[in-house]
Amino acid sequence: MSVSSPSEREAGRHQPRLRARLSSPGLTVSAIFLLLVAIATIWPQVLTTTNPIAADPLQAQLPPSTEHWFGTDHLGRDVFARVIYGARYSILIGVSAVAIAAIAGALLGLLSGLARGLIDEAISRFLDVISSFPDLLLALVLISFTGPGTINLIFALGVASVPRFARVVRAQTFVIAKSGYVEQARTFGLRRSVLVARHILPHALAQVPILATIGLGTTIIQAAGLSFLGMGPQPPAPEWGAMLAEARNYLRVAWWIGVWPGLAITLTVISISVFGRRWQLAFEGRRPS
Amino acid sequence: MANVATVEAAIRLEWGLDKPLLTQYLTYLLRVLHGDFGRSYILQTDVSGLVLSQMLPTLKLTAAALFVAVVFAVTSALLTAGKRLPRSIAGGVELILISTPSFWLGIVLLFIFSFTLKLFPVAGDRTFSALVLPALSLGLSLGAVIGQVLREGLERALEEPFMLTVKSWGANDFVLKLRHGLRHAALPAVTLAGWLVGNLLSGAVITEAVFGRPGLGRITVDAVLAHDLPVVLAVAILSAFVYVALSTLVDVLYLLLDPRLRNRNLEAGH
Repeated sequence: MSVSSPSEREAGRHQPRLRARLSSPGLTVSAIFLLLVAIATIWPQVLTTTNPIAADPLQAQLPPSTEHWFGTDHLGRDVFARVIYGARYSILIGVSAVAIAAIAGALLGLLSGLARGLIDEAISRFLDVISSFPDLLLALVLISFTGPGTINLIFALGVASVPRFARVVRAQTFVIAKSGYVEQARTFGLRRSVLVARHILPHALAQVPILATIGLGTTIIQAAGLSFLGMGPQPPAPEWGAMLAEARNYLRVAWWIGVWPGLAITLTVISISVFGRRWQLAFEGRRPS
Repeated sequence: MANVATVEAAIRLEWGLDKPLLTQYLTYLLRVLHGDFGRSYILQTDVSGLVLSQMLPTLKLTAAALFVAVVFAVTSALLTAGKRLPRSIAGGVELILISTPSFWLGIVLLFIFSFTLKLFPVAGDRTFSALVLPALSLGLSLGAVIGQVLREGLERALEEPFMLTVKSWGANDFVLKLRHGLRHAALPAVTLAGWLVGNLLSGAVITEAVFGRPGLGRITVDAVLAHDLPVVLAVAILSAFVYVALSTLVDVLYLLLDPRLRNRNLEAGH
């Protein structure tokens, strides 16, 4: 790691931030791909006019062609349309689970960090219990109580990743509540609620969106994995993980059914983590190597 | 109707459901401590026996996957640390492996090596070769994460002054990394061990489903879908126990591996 020369540092400082970010080809490609995924999630009709759940036994297991870009599956459904519509399930499950975890985790972390004492102790032990199970297994246990399904899957995955957020926010709240500027703000005679809302909250929560972005990839993979096991959206919903579970049975005769949904998951997760990493580096004040 | 009531009463009595909730819970805990997880609702067999009988295939899978992960991580870190082009290639491969769901990797491997090349069996757990693809699909993505941490640690170690000293003795690049760098690089990687165990256990559940292997994962998935709670709870408690025990062990191990931490603790104690 070489020490950058003064001129280099100057250049880094004066470069417009936006252009510096867009200059990376990896980031550009990721952004374009994520845009496509977002369109597929919000408005899939733009990308395909084919019905993803319309079966046509006469068209079953056709290899990719100009008519069916990704081929058709064992029931004659268009795989391209299913992958496009699948984004709605896979992405929304991942995003909702992370949102639940981030909101609940941030609240618990703040409460824990501000209240200290008995409340902190109770919340911390509760988090210990959650994190004493491997993520996916805890989600499985929760689903064994609630039964499989989209909403239950979101809830289970969300609860399983609460500690990840709560721990960071709690530690951050501790540090900031003790810091010099908060002390000083207190000497101004600010009310506690104002102190917390204006001076502690924004900094204690600053890392939450970054953690959420980085965690989103893992959660999407976990969600697809649990759907693969049959814990998520039920057939004929075109969820990516569930599609792979069906494809597993037809690998010998139709490889294409098993390729596209997996590729969709992998590319999405790569794009998200390219973003997350860059964001984290920028937040820590480091320049990408 | 009276018949239903008597049957219900008999069942309540048999399962101890007529007792207060707290008593039921404490009885359950006491039983669990004695290794008695009750009876499976669906299979009507003893849960402890069922779990024990399915443990071996899962242990084999996780051990093999661990081996794959460690070998991949060490090789990739040793070969690419400190070299510009190789490290960016390895970094790219690792990003792809980390972002690939292990079950999809399994499906792709199955298609290439089992269905097309016919090198490995498609399912089952009879031969050693049946272990290769599951271990790869579970181990590679974990190995990629460890590899990243190991490489970063190795590069940091290479910048230490003692490395210059060793170099001045005439040690070649590889010996330098292997004998002197890896030890330092291993320290941050060891903190990943808890994460690794958790992921091996969770990943085994899915990998067993992909490859149709017997094991704890298989019975867990069946039990979850059938609401067979005694089995789910037994597997969950067992894996939480293993997870917590190993994580604690690693924390202790960390102190043993890094004498500096012990000194720091002593200083802090003053």
